[in-house]
Amino acid sequence: MAAKKIAPAEQTDDDTDDPHRPLVEVRDMSVQFGRQHVLRDISLTVPRGQTLALIGESGCGKTVLMKTIIGLIHPTKGDVLFDGADLSKLGDKELTRQRIRFGFLFQQAALFDSMNVEQNVAFPLRQHTNKTLGEIHRIVLERLDEVGLPETTLHKKPAELSGGMRKRVGLARALALDPELMLYDEPTTGLDPIMSDVINELILRTRKRYPVTSIVVTHDMHTARKVSDRVVMLFPIAHLKPKDPQMIFDAPPSRLDASNDKRVTQFINGEAGERLMEMRDLADSRIR
Amino acid sequence: MASGQGAIERHGNHRRSLGHGIVDWVTDLGEMVLGWVIALGDITVFCGRTLSWLVARLPRRETLMPCLYQIGVLSLPVVALTGTFIGMVLAVQSFSQFKVAHLETRLGAVINMSLVRELGPVLAATMLAGRVGSAMAAELGTMRVTEQIDALSSMGANPIAYLVVPRFLGCLLLIPILTLMADFMGVVGGWFYSTQILGIDNHHYWDNSQRFVSAFDLFGGLCKSLFFGAAIALISCHRGFHCDPGAEGVGRAAYSAFVNSFVVILMLDFILGISLDKLYFLLWPQGPTFL
Repeated sequence: MAAKKIAPAEQTDDDTDDPHRPLVEVRDMSVQFGRQHVLRDISLTVPRGQTLALIGESGCGKTVLMKTIIGLIHPTKGDVLFDGADLSKLGDKELTRQRIRFGFLFQQAALFDSMNVEQNVAFPLRQHTNKTLGEIHRIVLERLDEVGLPETTLHKKPAELSGGMRKRVGLARALALDPELMLYDEPTTGLDPIMSDVINELILRTRKRYPVTSIVVTHDMHTARKVSDRVVMLFPIAHLKPKDPQMIFDAPPSRLDASNDKRVTQFINGEAGERLMEMRDLADSRIR
Repeated sequence: MASGQGAIERHGNHRRSLGHGIVDWVTDLGEMVLGWVIALGDITVFCGRTLSWLVARLPRRETLMPCLYQIGVLSLPVVALTGTFIGMVLAVQSFSQFKVAHLETRLGAVINMSLVRELGPVLAATMLAGRVGSAMAAELGTMRVTEQIDALSSMGANPIAYLVVPRFLGCLLLIPILTLMADFMGVVGGWFYSTQILGIDNHHYWDNSQRFVSAFDLFGGLCKSLFFGAAIALISCHRGFHCDPGAEGVGRAAYSAFVNSFVVILMLDFILGISLDKLYFLLWPQGPTFL
C-alpha cells in the first residue's frame, strides 16, 4: 500500500552549468478559455532570487499567469520554462518532481478541510520524503513557529481558524519542502491592515531565510512596493486594441510613481477613471 | 405608400429573422453535439488516467481506509433496510398473480431470482449512487471550487491518484458486498412475508427457490455490480472534478452525478443482462425451465 517517494528533481550537469539561467521564462505565451482570451503574447523572465510583483485589475489574468507558470493551466500558445524545462511537455512523474520545487500560497489558503493544521503542513513531507513521524512533527513545529503560530493550533481544523491564521498555515505548508520558487496569490486580500503587514513581513522574512525566488500576485500597492524588486502590470485584454501589449509596466517599484502611462497611475492611485464612464455608458445603453 | 413600404420591410425582416433563426438553431445544435463529443472524450481520458494510476501506484492505507469506511460500512444499514423492503414488496405484488394460477409455492423462486439477478445489484448500486456518489461529487466539487485540488497538484500530488483511485477502489471492492447484503436481506424479507404473513409452506418455498435459482444467477448479479460500482465512482469523481464555480455548481455536480450514474446503471444493466443471458445459453443450451 505504501506509495513510492518521489525524489526531488536532481540537478544534472546541464542544470548546474548555467547559474545565470532564469528560473522562470515565459515566451510569447497566450491562454484562452473557450472563446475568452485571458493572456496574449506574454513574455517574461524571472531571474533567480528576484521577487516579482504582478499587479493589475481583477480579471486581467494575473492568477492565470501564475497557474500557467507551475503547469496547472496549459498555455494555448507559446512556452513556459521552469529552470529550462517546459512543464507542459513533462510526464506526470517528472512534473511531480518539478512541482516539489514550488511553494504556492493560494488566495483562500486552500487548506484541506478534512485535515487538521498539523496534517496540512505535514502533507508535502509525507508525500515526498521518507522522514519519520517524529522528524515530520519537528519540521511542522518549526514551520509554524516561522509563521508565528503557536503549538496549540496543531490540532485545529481549517474551519476553526481566522483568515490570517489560514494564510499563515498555507504559507507554512508551502514552505515545508524548502521551495526554490514561492508563488503568492493575493496574500493580503481579505485581511485587516495589521495582518496584511504581518504577511508582508513573512514574505520578506522567507526571502531572507531561504534563497527563494518569488512571484507575488496582488492588488495591494503597499504589498507590491514593500516586498518586490520588480513590478509587472497586466491590463485586461477586453480593454486593449488587438496589437497593444498586455504588459504595460515592467520596472522596479521605485519607478511606479514616475510612470507616464495613465493606466498605471490610475491603478496605483486607485482611480476609477474610464471604468466609471464605461459603467455609465453600459447603464445608458441598457436603458435605451 | 408608407404603409406599403412598412409591410415590405416587415416581410424582409421576417425573412431575415427566419434565416437568422435557422442559422442560430444549426449553431446551437453544432455546439451541443460538439459539447457531447468533448464530454465523452473528457470522461474517456479521465477513466484512462484513473486506470493507469491504479496500475502504477496503489493508494496508501490512510487514504484508502476512510473511503472504504464511507462507501462500505456507512452504506450497509441503508442497503440492508431497502433490500428487506424490496423482498417484501415483491412478495406482496407477486402473490395475487401466482395465487390465481395456484403457483403460490413458486413465489420463492421468482422473488429470489429477481433479487439476485436484478434487484439486488441495481438496488445496491442506486443506494451507492445516491448516498456515496452524490457525496463524492459534492466533496470533490467543493475541493475544486476552493482550489484544494489545485493545491494538491501544486504540491506534486496527483489529484487522480490521491482522490479518485481510492474512491474507485472502494466502490469496486465493496459494491459486491453491498449487493450480497441487499440480496440476503431481500431474500429474508421475501421469505418472512411469504411464509409468515401469507402462509406459504416453508418447505416448498425453499425447495422451489433451490431448484430455479442457480449459482450463475448470483454470479451474474455480482458481475453486474462490479460494472455499476466502477461507473458510479468514475462518473461521480468526474462530475466533482469538473464542477462549476459556486454553491450552484457544487449542487449541480452532486445531482448530475446521481442522475448520470443512475442512467448508466440502467443502460449497463440492460447490456449486461443480454450478455449474461447469451453466456448462460452458451453454457447450458437447454435453458432454465421455470414453469
